[in-house]
Amino acid sequence: MNKLLPILNVLGAVLMLFSITFLMPLLPALWFKDGSARAFVESALITLGTGFLLWLGTRRFKRELKARDGFLLVSLLWTVIAAFSTIPLIMKIPGLTFTDAYFETMSGLTTTGATVLVGLDALPQGLNLWRHELNWVGGMGIIVLAVAILPLLGVGGRELYKAETPGPMKDSQLTPRITETAKNLWLVYTGITIACIVSLRVAGMSWFDAVCHAFAAMGLGGFSTHDASVGYFNSPAIEFVLIVFMLLAGMNFATHFLVWREKSFKPYRYDAEAKTFLLLVLGSCVGIAAYLVAMGTYDNFWTALRHASFNLVSVATDCGFASVDYDKWPIFAPLWMLFLSCISVSSGSTGGGIKMIRTLLVIKQGWREMLHLLHPRAIIPIKIGGAVIPNKVVFSVQGFIFLYFYSVIGLSFVLMLSGLDFISSFSAVIACINNAGPGLNQVGPASNFQGLNDFQTWVCTFAMLLGRLELFTLLIVFTPAFWRK
Amino acid sequence: MKIVILGAGQVGSSVAENLVRESNDITVVDIDATKLQFLQDRYDLRTVHGFASHPAVLRQAGIEDADMLLAVTQSDETNLVACKLAHTLFNTPTKIARIRCTDYSAQEGLFSPENFAVDYIISPEEVLTDYIHKLIEYPEALQVLDFAEGKVRLAAVRAFHGGPLVGHELQYLRKHMPHIDTRVAAIFRQDRPIIPEGKTVIEAGDEVFFVAAAENIRVVMREMRLLDKAAKRVMIAGGGNIGRRLAKSLEPHYQVKLIDHNKRNSERLAAELSRTLVLFGDATDPDLLLAENVEDMDVFCALTNDDENNIMSALLAKRMGARKVIALINRSAYVDLVQGGQIDIAISPAQATIGSLLAHVRRGDMAVVHSLRRGAAEALEAIAHGDLQTSKVVGRRVEQINLPRGATIGAIVRGDQVLIAHHDIVIESEDHVIIFVVNKEMISKIEKLFQVGIGFFG
Repeated sequence: MNKLLPILNVLGAVLMLFSITFLMPLLPALWFKDGSARAFVESALITLGTGFLLWLGTRRFKRELKARDGFLLVSLLWTVIAAFSTIPLIMKIPGLTFTDAYFETMSGLTTTGATVLVGLDALPQGLNLWRHELNWVGGMGIIVLAVAILPLLGVGGRELYKAETPGPMKDSQLTPRITETAKNLWLVYTGITIACIVSLRVAGMSWFDAVCHAFAAMGLGGFSTHDASVGYFNSPAIEFVLIVFMLLAGMNFATHFLVWREKSFKPYRYDAEAKTFLLLVLGSCVGIAAYLVAMGTYDNFWTALRHASFNLVSVATDCGFASVDYDKWPIFAPLWMLFLSCISVSSGSTGGGIKMIRTLLVIKQGWREMLHLLHPRAIIPIKIGGAVIPNKVVFSVQGFIFLYFYSVIGLSFVLMLSGLDFISSFSAVIACINNAGPGLNQVGPASNFQGLNDFQTWVCTFAMLLGRLELFTLLIVFTPAFWRK
Repeated sequence: MKIVILGAGQVGSSVAENLVRESNDITVVDIDATKLQFLQDRYDLRTVHGFASHPAVLRQAGIEDADMLLAVTQSDETNLVACKLAHTLFNTPTKIARIRCTDYSAQEGLFSPENFAVDYIISPEEVLTDYIHKLIEYPEALQVLDFAEGKVRLAAVRAFHGGPLVGHELQYLRKHMPHIDTRVAAIFRQDRPIIPEGKTVIEAGDEVFFVAAAENIRVVMREMRLLDKAAKRVMIAGGGNIGRRLAKSLEPHYQVKLIDHNKRNSERLAAELSRTLVLFGDATDPDLLLAENVEDMDVFCALTNDDENNIMSALLAKRMGARKVIALINRSAYVDLVQGGQIDIAISPAQATIGSLLAHVRRGDMAVVHSLRRGAAEALEAIAHGDLQTSKVVGRRVEQINLPRGATIGAIVRGDQVLIAHHDIVIESEDHVIIFVVNKEMISKIEKLFQVGIGFFG
């Protein structure tokens, strides 16, 4: 128990801090007089109070946290905060079960963007902003998780984050202190978000929609204020703006930070991930558009390109907006999009899945094995952007990817066992574990996760958290070895 | 001239040897007494035992009235400090430092008088790498040397049956290729120099030295022998300083395999090189060579530190089918033994690199000096200064210049223009004149020719 108590102390402190976030939805709640203001004040007080009691009660046990406490702390943070975030939803939406509410907030905080709610257009503005704010705050948490906490814990070869920054970035561990780094990255994140809000407003959204969608796009969450998602606007300009910002959010924020600090675009060129990511995603857009024309889905290539680009970028970056029902497309297209969602975004972005750096590493490892067969005496290091990746990291990345696929297969079987059809089960697990959002078929872009039963909803909730915390962080907490003294 | 040499390693001792022969007063400084003893026993020079960058040691070596400091120790830092000290404390006129690390030499202004005060930088490794690189670029050549920043090249090639010029007089060359300007500077037949004239007939087996603009080298070579196809695949044995640099400069254009026998070093090499395939193993291991298709290699370079190893692995590679083999050989006795046999080219690092130093030691303004045929012959790029009165070359036609017999003017570089020397070209001031000397004894006469006289009495 004395392992848990100091962590609970920190958790209490974080909860008190988190209670502030309930205040932001007060603005639209009061402005639009939607009657949800009271719920947010009460939620804030409940969270603040609980956090304070937790902090006060465990104050005696306060001690410096060790690196391995991080696993438990991170896992608890995401589960507990998601629980408290449900308060305003349960208060204001009649008939909403805790299961569904928890799915919704977990989907927000892990920036998945899958929803169980219908009638979003009629939801009080305060609640809509709250959902989107969860996307945005979740994104902030993920950046810090990605650049500071996971490398510290060494999860799934994450220490390569340090080795991977090549060229002029090699010596610059951004800033020497984690808190400084986090602050700087948040600044960049906030800056790009503001640019996104303004661009969306210019492209024709109302201020409220612009803020909500910018939050969802930057966190690569993909919540929308409309049931029809971005399809509601039917505007190429809006889609274009969102594509640009989703791609930005799918790159490493540390690279954005370096570009901003050095006032030059050079860091993008040295970022091995960004290059492959953009090439792969943009190439796929054109390819899928051509495929859709060839299959007769669209008559006009430019219409096909517009819809293919928006939906493909949205799924591939693990955002999850939709502008058309791509579930109706020939099955190759949506499956390819889901495949991209597994691999394409950069580490240090707000997206999910395996991450491009690990994909590159595993491809290079495969290539190395083949070369070794040809040249048994050859010494072939694996290099990313000119830096050599130690074998230890390669092993742990391979381990990560194996575990990832076992998780996908295992969870798909569980969903199928519970009665869901194959495509729905498989795509739901992929969409959740990658934090992408909509799947196919029953959980496709035209419908949502509401049709699932409680058990299935919990499985999906678990998948979201598992993917977000990069498998190991969460799974290690369930091992007996972790709790052994 | 009074010269202080710091460092009695390979570079230091071969420089000392060359300079002693040209009647200079040499003092060699090193911390290794046995190396000094070795030099002392062989040559007429003075040695000082001590740390090369300590002022007291420098003073003891007589730097106070030395004309030149040659800092060629293993350590860049020692060399730099010694030059700075010589400048600040002793006001030495010319300071030359050997710098290995390219990061130092890439820095702008680092060597100016107010900083490290180095007048000339030499990098033997770079010279040697460049030397081998050119041999791979021209696989038929025995030697290819640059003048005037690569505008003019001097190439040595062995004539073979099948070359259009073989069996013909030299003047046939002009008839055969009216658009290509070239000049044969010297011919060595059975190791004896022949002064080329219009009527000289080229025979198979002759070693022909000719001067041409860089882009014409291959065309002229085709006159002497049938050309092979250009090299594409290169195998390098030995990943030391030379092997590593060579692989790095070759890898953008060639398929390179590099063999090293040290695991740690192999890993370091693999990390540094991007397209080269680094192999961990022994270059004298036939199984390894066979597995890595040595028979398909266009060029095999044995560049380890060990002469015997280089000879054996080069012989082995040749026997197994490599097209051209090059071996780096430090001992000059071995070079003579091996060259021209099964091993196509034996390179003596000391001879290949000494030229870059000699250029600064020569009297008269010499831009480039290349030592040829193991030091017996020399090719110089001298800069003409002065006017008709003060100089013995400026304002005169090539045929009027009083060259010793055995010295030929190959080409003249005027600004960006390359003029292949014909008897009626008039030398102007600031021309770079490229001269081929078949016998080193004539060097002092050439030096005097290019020194600017005092007033009208020169």
